[in-house]
Amino acid sequence: MDSSMVGTDLRSASVAPSEPDTAVRTTLRIATAGSVDDGKSTLIGRLLHDTKTVFEDQLKAVEKASRRYGDGETNLALLTDGLRAEREQGITIDVAHRYFTTPLRSFIVADTPGHAQYTRNMVTGASTSDIAIVLVDARHGVVDQTRRHSLIATMLGVEAIVVAVNKMDLVGWDQAEYERISKEVHAFVDGLPHPVPVFSIPMSALLGDNVVATSTNTPWYDGPPLLTFLEQFDASVESLPGARVHVQRVIRPQGGDHADFRGYAGVVAAGTLTIGEPITVLPSGRTTKVSGLHRWGQPVADAGAGHAVVVELADDVDVARGDVLVAGDATHPPEVAEDIVIDVCWMIDQPLLVGTRHWFKHGTRTGHATVTAIEHRYDLVSLEHEPTDELVLNDIGRVHLRLSEPIVADLYRHHAEGGRLILIDAASNTTAGAAMIAAISAWSPEI
Amino acid sequence: MSQPAPTTPAFDDYVSPVHLDELTDEAITIIREVATECENPVLLFSGGKDSAVLLHLARLAFAPARLPFPVMHVDTGHNFAEVIDYRDRLVKDWNVRLVIASVQESIDSGRVVEDVGPRASRNRLQSVTLLDALAEHGFDAAFGGGRRDEDKARAKERILSFRDRQGRWDPRQQRPEPWALLNPRIRKGEHLRAFPLSNWTELDIWQYIARHDVPLPTIYFSHTRTVVERDGMLLAVGGPVALEAGEQPFDEVVRYRTVGDASCTGAIRSAASTLGHILAETAAARITERGATRADDTFSESAMEDRKREGYF
Ligand SMILES: Nc1nc2c(ncn2[C@@H]2O[C@H](COP(=O)(O)OP(=O)(O)O)[C@@H](O)[C@H]2O)c(=O)[nH]1
Repeated sequence: MDSSMVGTDLRSASVAPSEPDTAVRTTLRIATAGSVDDGKSTLIGRLLHDTKTVFEDQLKAVEKASRRYGDGETNLALLTDGLRAEREQGITIDVAHRYFTTPLRSFIVADTPGHAQYTRNMVTGASTSDIAIVLVDARHGVVDQTRRHSLIATMLGVEAIVVAVNKMDLVGWDQAEYERISKEVHAFVDGLPHPVPVFSIPMSALLGDNVVATSTNTPWYDGPPLLTFLEQFDASVESLPGARVHVQRVIRPQGGDHADFRGYAGVVAAGTLTIGEPITVLPSGRTTKVSGLHRWGQPVADAGAGHAVVVELADDVDVARGDVLVAGDATHPPEVAEDIVIDVCWMIDQPLLVGTRHWFKHGTRTGHATVTAIEHRYDLVSLEHEPTDELVLNDIGRVHLRLSEPIVADLYRHHAEGGRLILIDAASNTTAGAAMIAAISAWSPEI
Repeated sequence: MSQPAPTTPAFDDYVSPVHLDELTDEAITIIREVATECENPVLLFSGGKDSAVLLHLARLAFAPARLPFPVMHVDTGHNFAEVIDYRDRLVKDWNVRLVIASVQESIDSGRVVEDVGPRASRNRLQSVTLLDALAEHGFDAAFGGGRRDEDKARAKERILSFRDRQGRWDPRQQRPEPWALLNPRIRKGEHLRAFPLSNWTELDIWQYIARHDVPLPTIYFSHTRTVVERDGMLLAVGGPVALEAGEQPFDEVVRYRTVGDASCTGAIRSAASTLGHILAETAAARITERGATRADDTFSESAMEDRKREGYF
């Protein structure tokens, strides 16, 4: 072997994906949310610090910076405020991702900004998270941002909310105060369009109470500290039947040993795909069977949700990028649709208006989407529907779209992956809207 | 009841294998999506461990077809010989097309002016060479091995990161990135950086290397090298590092945690000569890989952000 190389050639390596084992917990993706100064960055700093994830050089840099910015104690928030502007202004502008691992589990944390102005960055962090930790300053109780973030997080798909009633040290560890706040958030989340389970924990992120270790200041609280809760939280969504694969790309080797190979690359969304399984190709409606499955370049007998696969089909049917392979056993089969009703978070300065045209991306399909009607905007605090003829930055509203290409649509509440799309501003190409399909025919909107 | 016998740590003891499975699927999906939506992508390959993992994943993403894009090495000219040997051998074994962008040529043609002095590094100059090469070849997307856990400015980066016509990153105007629905739309002259390893940590990278037996340059493993200690960092003597007055070179048992410009990449004292040893050492590390090994990033709190704004990797 060449002395500059260590390891062996790819061809000789045969590494199969791990067998799912119930004892091994999947990665937990967490978003922090809450108003400015409620303690989000401090909490993440505390989690990283107390799980020994903060490296010595990072801690030294933070200590130095804390002195420079005039903080008395080491300001753990500086661990996550990664941009110069953030450190100077002492606010979080954009989402920062941090990573930590305990003997039980790996975590990915999205530290999202609290300012209403930067809600679009909060959307980025919350959309990929399993769980949202909503911080509330015990002195101020539930504020508008608590409600707004709870609404957005549940809409975008978190499975649970943890209310961290923070700064308990500043209210004398008052149980009544904690319970009042906790009840208020529970009641609010229960009334949301997509309610999820809510858990609450009294906490001091600054001092570490109930973050990693149980606090002696809250003898009246008999739940676990935050980290224990997160380690034990079961994020495995009940697996929906009806596997789908949005085709990303046709894999067709040119010549060589695989000249006849034709496979379709994509991710299995929901369900399980097995060899021999009957498949419908949508939108064309052609039917065939799975004849081969590959993951990471190797043959596998079946593939589950989230697996990046290449699917071979038994018949020579026409399949292209943007098409969807659908297994037959879905409880709610998807529909081919050109007219959809969406709930959309609007994230750019130019308003969304009737008649405007945007790019859309749904699964792996792109095309044009024209706004045909705007039903209402949600008042993010009262949750009332307000009639409107435009959505502006950070609004969430219900909108009707006509698409230039048919999509294989699911209702978001039935099937999250098939029920969401993004809208892209045609002028700037920036991502303008995060949308969830609420109804499939434009003329039968559901509430 | 008797105690269970102690076991030697296997790599699965450090991170759950399901976690690594998820990261692997995520990275492959990102690579496929960007490679399919963009017209002319390229993979930035430094010869370091992150780009080795990235290239390994990219080959898996399209198997059994060939890698549908070339790899590009931005060559500072300040290389470790072992890394260049490794690079040439790997592209041959793996049958991938290599494009070399040379910082020396940027200097010779007057595009950049090299810093002078014993501590001059070519790290910052790479941004110009990189942007020129992207423009010259018409690459509209560049895959990078950057990870969010490396640095706090990187922690802010999107998976798909937009660059304007001047190649600049504007961290205050990043595109929202809801779910996994990546938006690769750009206009002519603009480009994207794609970071499929965004959510990986240093330990995940080593875990993947161990699991898939990914070939690496030998300098990642313990060896004896003549070094000089400068600002708490061990720099290799014999390459671009010029000795300063009073500095005494000495032999030390070391390895590298990162591979970069040889003038500013430090070695660490280590006897870790196998992947098992390295995994154990990585799991126990108390200093970040950049803090331990990159002189350029310890200069200031915003060093990485400033370089990234200018177009750095
Ligand atoms: N007394 C007390 N102060 C806290 C606590 N958590 C955060 N703080 C302080 O509240 C301020 C804002 O915290 P920060 O984490 O920056 O809030 P963010 O804007 O939500 O990220 C900082 O001065 C923190 O030190 C807590 O539990 N108790």
